[in-house]
Amino acid sequence: VTEQLPALVVLVPLLVALVLPFAGRGDRPWFLATLGSWGVFGLTVALARRVFAGGEVVRYAIGAWRIPWGIEFRVDALNALILLVIAIVAAVATPYARLSIGHDLPEDKRGFFYALWMIFISGLLGVTMSGDMFNVYVLVEVSSLSGYALVAMGRYHHRRALGASIQYLILGTIGASFFLIGVGYLYGVTGTLNMADLADRVRLLPGNRAVITASGFILVGLGVKMALFPLHGWLPDAHGNAPPIVSAFLSGVAIKVAAYVMIRFLFTVMGVDFSFSKFPAGPVLLTLSSLAVIFGSLAAIRQNALKRLLAYSSVAQIGYIAMGVGLATTAGLSGGLIHVFNHALIKSGLFLVSGVILYCAGEADMSDLRGLGRKLPFTMAAFVAGGLGLIGVPLTAGFVSKWYLVSAALDRGLFPLAAVLLLGSVLAVAYVWKVVEPAYFQSAPENRTVKPEPWSLVVPAWVLIGASVYFGVDASLSSSMVHQAAELLLGF
Amino acid sequence: MSDLFNYWIFILLMTVGLYGVMSKHNLVKKVMGLSLFQTGIFLFYLSLGKIRGAAAPVVSETATLYSNPLPQALMLTAIVVSVSTLAVALAIIVNVKREYGTIEEDEIHEMDDKS
Repeated sequence: VTEQLPALVVLVPLLVALVLPFAGRGDRPWFLATLGSWGVFGLTVALARRVFAGGEVVRYAIGAWRIPWGIEFRVDALNALILLVIAIVAAVATPYARLSIGHDLPEDKRGFFYALWMIFISGLLGVTMSGDMFNVYVLVEVSSLSGYALVAMGRYHHRRALGASIQYLILGTIGASFFLIGVGYLYGVTGTLNMADLADRVRLLPGNRAVITASGFILVGLGVKMALFPLHGWLPDAHGNAPPIVSAFLSGVAIKVAAYVMIRFLFTVMGVDFSFSKFPAGPVLLTLSSLAVIFGSLAAIRQNALKRLLAYSSVAQIGYIAMGVGLATTAGLSGGLIHVFNHALIKSGLFLVSGVILYCAGEADMSDLRGLGRKLPFTMAAFVAGGLGLIGVPLTAGFVSKWYLVSAALDRGLFPLAAVLLLGSVLAVAYVWKVVEPAYFQSAPENRTVKPEPWSLVVPAWVLIGASVYFGVDASLSSSMVHQAAELLLGF
Repeated sequence: MSDLFNYWIFILLMTVGLYGVMSKHNLVKKVMGLSLFQTGIFLFYLSLGKIRGAAAPVVSETATLYSNPLPQALMLTAIVVSVSTLAVALAIIVNVKREYGTIEEDEIHEMDDKS
């Protein structure tokens, strides 16, 4: 069985998804999906242990077709880190769905919801492991298509989700198509689709114009998928209107997977040499990420709905990740990768918190938050702890990421970048305060009933937020993983 | 010029498709533009694998030169993806029509701003 691990990680959620629409009514679909997500979590941890503890690169030829002709799954320290992020958030968010989705969706739609949910997870896991460019495209589309449908499921709360979903579909498809064009150019000049094989052959073609064009297309396509400023237009609507656990997964995990593909492409396929000296990936990423941090945070401050505020905050936070990538030093890349991990915990946790508020109070605009600090004490405390993480206060996970990034920026003598990082934290104080102020310092309107907070919603939110606090206090595990990944990418 | 005829058509299809996506308010027309854009990409891949005077990549006694079958296989997959995207898009548009009574994007935004 251990040899088949990479295949099982993708197949288990996919097979569970096939059964789910026929799982019947009540809690049964939810129960099956939860079992499935925990199964995936177990398999992923087993795989990651082999990679991190054993120090091996797990390679798996699908259908035993010989590499590079067949499709290869390849798991090294970087993939293993992303796999863990996906599996952790999935394993925590799926149990949360019972009340949250049970509350939002009519009973006959729930089986389909969980089926799409499992396909979404399966697609993202596949993207993360695949070592074949075309296979990445197909799996990106598998996860995106289920993602569009999942966003549209938010219509049972508000019909705005439908418009958001179609907008997401159009932009997401254009992004994926750009990626496909780029892959076509690369195939045209190298005749291969396998990443490792491509890396070898691209090195023999320095300054080839088709390769440069291909990089441009692929990076723009991935920029759309990871919502890098200014290609983030679809994100606030989609993440702001989807059901809460879908937002948690989209914001916490899905955009990180696109960021992972970008990292893989820049460092493994094209190589640091090409990407950062012959191709202007460094300055472009640093400029766009700085703008993302500033613009995303400013836009978050102006929002009135809690989930849109969190969505714009994700635009800013993806900027930190892109900044780490653009720095292209061990410290910078470690900072970007550790933020992938930390932000996944924080932002998914915060979206789960927003789901508790929606469940208990019905709406989650700023005016609905008045007095909730007293009525939903555990929920709002989780928000405060997560919000401190977004700001980057010491002893939270966000601080660890920012520490890495600031020191990497100073190492390279890029003082404006360090200033942008600090400004980002100041602006984060403003938008977190915007939520905390009505919750704790205004009294609730009298005629309003708020349901008591259910444990099955509060506990998952606290698991993620608590983990983010844990990794802020003791970052040894997360930083040893990202160091291993960063050194691998930079070729030490 | 005539050697690159396929590629000119690819660029034309792509730009016409993107123009449709960007300029039309009608959601169905936008999605049609999207399909056209993807069709352009199919043509691009198929042109990459085509060799002048070569037979289709099916083993036969008369042919000695075959076109590259890999891009064709890839595009078969991409066509499936494209059709699925179209299906999901149309399903969402049907629901937009039911909820809003229109599929014009600007009117939908107007109705959302009011509520």
